Amino acid sequence: KAIMPFGNTHNNFKLNYKVEEEFPDLSKHNNHMAKVLTKDIYAKLRDKQTPSGYTLDDVIQTGVDNPGHPFIMTVGCVAGDEESYEIFKELLDPIISDRHGGYKPTDKHKTDLNFENLKGGDDLDPNYVLSSRVRTGRSIKGYTLPPHNSRGERRAIEKLAVEALTSLDGEFKGKYYPLKSMTDAEQEQLISDHFLFDKPVSPLLTCAGMARDWPDGRGIWADEEDHLRVISMQKGGNMREVFRRFCVGLQKIEEIFKKHNHGFMWNEHLGYILTCPSNLGTGLRGGVHVKLPKLSTHPKFEEILTRLRLQKRGTGGVDTASVGGVFDISNADRLGSSEVEQVQLVVDGVKLMVEMEKKLEKGEAIDGMIPAQ
Amino acid sequence: MASSFTRILSSKRNVGILSLVGGSVAAGFLLHREHVTAGEPLRRRYPASAEYPDLRKHNNCMASHLTPAIYAKLCDKATPNGYTLDQAIQTGVDNPGHPFIKTVGLVAGDEESYEVFAELLDPVIKERHNGYDPRVMKHPTDLNASKIQSGVFDERYVLSSRVRTGRSIRGLSLPPACTRAERREVERVVVDALSGLKGDLAGKYYSLTVMTEKEQQQLIDDHFLFDKPVSPLLTCAGMARDWPDARGIWHNNEKTFLIWINEEDHTRVISMEKGGNMKRVFERFCRGLKEVERLIQERGWEFMWNERLGYILTCPSNLGTGLRAGVHVKLPRLSKDPRFGKILDNLRLQKRGTGGVDTAAVGGTFDISNLDRLGQSEVQLVQTVIDDFLAGSKYGVCVLLRSSWYRL
Repeated sequence: KAIMPFGNTHNNFKLNYKVEEEFPDLSKHNNHMAKVLTKDIYAKLRDKQTPSGYTLDDVIQTGVDNPGHPFIMTVGCVAGDEESYEIFKELLDPIISDRHGGYKPTDKHKTDLNFENLKGGDDLDPNYVLSSRVRTGRSIKGYTLPPHNSRGERRAIEKLAVEALTSLDGEFKGKYYPLKSMTDAEQEQLISDHFLFDKPVSPLLTCAGMARDWPDGRGIWADEEDHLRVISMQKGGNMREVFRRFCVGLQKIEEIFKKHNHGFMWNEHLGYILTCPSNLGTGLRGGVHVKLPKLSTHPKFEEILTRLRLQKRGTGGVDTASVGGVFDISNADRLGSSEVEQVQLVVDGVKLMVEMEKKLEKGEAIDGMIPAQ
Repeated sequence: MASSFTRILSSKRNVGILSLVGGSVAAGFLLHREHVTAGEPLRRRYPASAEYPDLRKHNNCMASHLTPAIYAKLCDKATPNGYTLDQAIQTGVDNPGHPFIKTVGLVAGDEESYEVFAELLDPVIKERHNGYDPRVMKHPTDLNASKIQSGVFDERYVLSSRVRTGRSIRGLSLPPACTRAERREVERVVVDALSGLKGDLAGKYYSLTVMTEKEQQQLIDDHFLFDKPVSPLLTCAGMARDWPDARGIWHNNEKTFLIWINEEDHTRVISMEKGGNMKRVFERFCRGLKEVERLIQERGWEFMWNERLGYILTCPSNLGTGLRAGVHVKLPRLSKDPRFGKILDNLRLQKRGTGGVDTAAVGGTFDISNLDRLGQSEVQLVQTVIDDFLAGSKYGVCVLLRSSWYRL
């Protein structure tokens, strides 16, 4: 069996030390991994490795290095390959359950990328809804994931992805911009289109080894935190069209990868397999940039979002603040409901919140509109 | 070297080494260079040509010397502990460097890295250490402080004096590669030994994990506290893993002898005081080091050292003496002289800001220290620094200038 050269240090060597000697000090930690990992689980799993050589200590390193925040519960672990979710299930299943609303090891996840099942979504008021966007991630079966892959593997993924994407035509015809050889002009354009992604600086990602060898093997359309991040977006409120393009494009890409004998990583329990357990299932974040200056200052704003199964972010994405009352509103769920269901929640929820905003503008109360639990 | 053999044989680590190598005949006993053997070779999915890093935009010592041929030769080797070439060079791949500042671009994960990857490390060492060829040269170690001549500087200019080095504990992996248990063992061994120091060297240990707020503030005020590394040169090499587990600071009650545990090396040993008495600082440095060495040997441990490379530390730039002897000195006029850089070069000195490496000078006050680490002994290096600063003369600064004119 061949292994990835990175990250498999000491797996046998560590076993010369007792569990108590190696077990991490998690007394000041607040993340899902720290809550679940006991000495017993550590003892049971520490001598195991996936076929490519990924170990338990590799899985948890980011959670050990990043104790977390009293208010924000991070996951604290990553997968190095598809098999991580099997071999380390004793650790990962309870984490998945905590993170995804009680999702059980026996539950099945449904995938539905048939955009015609979406009701409405083409009539969100463009005076309030500035832009619509749907993103997800995909992993290519047969390769290890970004925390673990070597340069050779990452380049092979890039090569295959570029082959697949450049064979798209019609409305999906496009171009690949490798980060390594991008010109200044191309970079400017991608920045002003809000397409360019930066080298990760968040220690959550760097401690998991995802920034290694940057920018080798990276480009727009491929290889940041996951093998592929797929994004469909446009100005205005026609989420239906954004979702249609998303579904059609994804399915076209998947067909091409299957022809190369490398379909996407998926199973009926966890849905689409991605690097971070928080993105399992659909991996989908569908949302809008919407102006809600009055509603966002209403005391019940957070509660409304929770009941609608939505989350808010600033307009710069995760961990940013909102500017001028404009929020990024998207679905909170990933695992246990389908793509169509999750986008439906966004469409219905945003429509309702825009109605609420209009009511508040007129000085009227919105209590009657707040959804029941 | 017999004691290291006994140490390794008697330690439980021996079991690990044998089981790693499995059916292979050559077991990795680490004694002398000629007997060091690599651990079990890796079987990899991609050929070396697919894995070779893209170093075209890089400017560091690793990139200068890692040819595709050397990469192909070494990439499937591992040290007995399992450390690989890819891990050693990761920091250099991730940090392309700066056109003006040439960093080393690789680290050692353990003592054996310097042997197993010698084909890459030897030319890097030669470039970094001014032509020192590890294949044929021997490094002199001399910690006899009584040999130092003069060494007291003009305190109107020299604000403080300091000598630092590092020491690694033989048999335990270095910070880029160590497991949590190994790192904790380093802490235990060193702290235990330090508790045996007496007289002016007696002191106390402050663990980063259990330090009180008050202790932390005191250490910050004393300028003793070290932070979690943020420099990508260190983080990409894996040295900040599991922070702050098993990290801490020990210092003597007089605050003149200080030891950092598990930062960039197993230990960093620092002797310092205000003012210009470099001779006394170095005397305490040597005495303290020898005492610590005696105390760990009593307990069956020793420092990593060999006559080819001197003291073994994580970064190849710190091999040999690992010694940086320097002063904080006020040179507001000299530093503005356009020849300042050349003067320092000729005297084999380097300047840093008063915050240490990568900081700016404040108010014309500089940190001036020796450039060299390998190929000359501790006594030789410190004497050079002292001669360059010429003790006790009110024309100290002018002499510095004059002696450099002489050599220009």
